[in-house]
Amino acid sequence: MEKVAFNIEQIRSQFPTLARTVNGKALIYFDNGATSQKPQVVIDRINEYYTLENANIHRGVHTLSQEATTAYEEARISIQHYLGAQHAHEIIFTKGTTDSINLVAFSFGELLQKGDEIIISAMEHHSNIVPWQMLCERKECKLKFIPMSPKGELDLETYKELLSSKTKLVAVTHVSNALGTVNDVNSIISLAHNVGAKVLIDGAQSIQHMPINVQDLDCDFYTFSGHKLFGPTGVGVLYGKEVTLNSMPPYQGGGDMIKEVTLEKTTYNSLPHKFEAGTPHIAGGIALGTAFEYLNSLDMEALQQHEKELLDYATGQLQRIDGIQFYGEADYKVSVISFLIEGTHPYDVGTLLDKMGIAVRTGHHCTQPIMDFFKIPGTIRASFAFYNTKEEVDIFIYALQRAVRMLK
Amino acid sequence: MKSIQEIEREIIDEFSIYDDWMDKYEYIIEIGKDLPLIDPSKKSDDKLIKGCQSRVWVDAEKKDGKMIFTADSDAIITKGIIGLLIRVLSHQTPEKVAKAELGFIKEIGLQEHLSPTRSNGLVSMIQQMKLAAIKQSTL
Repeated sequence: MEKVAFNIEQIRSQFPTLARTVNGKALIYFDNGATSQKPQVVIDRINEYYTLENANIHRGVHTLSQEATTAYEEARISIQHYLGAQHAHEIIFTKGTTDSINLVAFSFGELLQKGDEIIISAMEHHSNIVPWQMLCERKECKLKFIPMSPKGELDLETYKELLSSKTKLVAVTHVSNALGTVNDVNSIISLAHNVGAKVLIDGAQSIQHMPINVQDLDCDFYTFSGHKLFGPTGVGVLYGKEVTLNSMPPYQGGGDMIKEVTLEKTTYNSLPHKFEAGTPHIAGGIALGTAFEYLNSLDMEALQQHEKELLDYATGQLQRIDGIQFYGEADYKVSVISFLIEGTHPYDVGTLLDKMGIAVRTGHHCTQPIMDFFKIPGTIRASFAFYNTKEEVDIFIYALQRAVRMLK
Repeated sequence: MKSIQEIEREIIDEFSIYDDWMDKYEYIIEIGKDLPLIDPSKKSDDKLIKGCQSRVWVDAEKKDGKMIFTADSDAIITKGIIGLLIRVLSHQTPEKVAKAELGFIKEIGLQEHLSPTRSNGLVSMIQQMKLAAIKQSTL
């Protein structure tokens, strides 16, 4: 696709959901941290696959199967190029970020010994906490946490003290889903590598907001979900360095992941198939490739600038509301704003905003440790994508003021 | 005493005058403010229903053969809906509470609050109210 100049109306017209109404009002979708809307090209690609190409992949000699296999493998290559990975077989298709992390926790986890240590941070999503707790229980390993400041930034001085020759893996989110903080993953990765530890970066909330190059980052694993970056649900990616992935045993057994099976013994297939047992989400993988091609067609710098303007504008407008308290005030943030308004409950605010056509997220955002840190039950979170506008922010502020007047 | 069906009908009639969502919620918030509150001493963990979105406390007792419910929530809209449920179910016999279908919630357009995915504690609260009634009816 050819790159086109940033034109918000044109971009919005590519996302059919944005044109609908909710409760009689034009939809304002500010829940992009939960999932993004889909451009028409992605929707069309899924439709086209099931209409014309549907077949199982990697196993048929017939034309349909070969066409589907080619499309699926081309999607893998599109993703490889977008991420700047060295090899296409370093891109493992999974069900999403949670699945990718569980794959690493199980498979890389098999290489760990009693007493080994894993470091995560105080601002992880539950899906980057629970798999490690389960692993630590299974292998008698120790889980340690990088603490967080009240601004919502990680304390890298303490992190340095946590690292030792016992550290085998550091698993940290690139961007906090609840706070919007962009973590200094470059430092986190190089410090971990100094002690010989591998690093997993949870990219579920970063890849839709900034260019990612896994070789520049030098991370050992990078995970993300298709649906948060304008692709389908149920498909995601685990990027892993070839040498690391090769050292790991398979995660699940089944078709596609084998080289030879007898009733007594099986030899495993090579990367990436070793980690892709069973028929995958073929339509999803292909359409995820389309989502990356779509992103490639956009001017990423202009999108980032637009999102930054939305973040600054919305933060400034919200500051004028009496009793507002922000959670997550890091110096470097993506377009996510978490807040509470004194004397109101997030559930009530979210319900009333919905009746005015505005979708925000309320609750603990699957990050209970962060909520415990701030001693709050949850927040209201507005998270913007590049298709949102300042005019939508204005309506949101007006609706929020109306909700607060009703509730106080 | 009015029957459960009669009270449900009354509520449906009251809500029928609001054709705007915001007016409807204004009314629910008013009801929330008048909720028969649970005795603070009873606001213990065993009376707490922890939803992911809002928290609900509910207490049930039997007086003169009738169920009496009191409750509280940290969210005012949740309180308003509890207020409606208590208006329907309090002062009824345990048998009637256990069998109540509570179709009025859907009729007035609030069924979204009773969706299990909403996770606001209301679904569990209705279960608790009915369980308490079933327990009382067999005593």
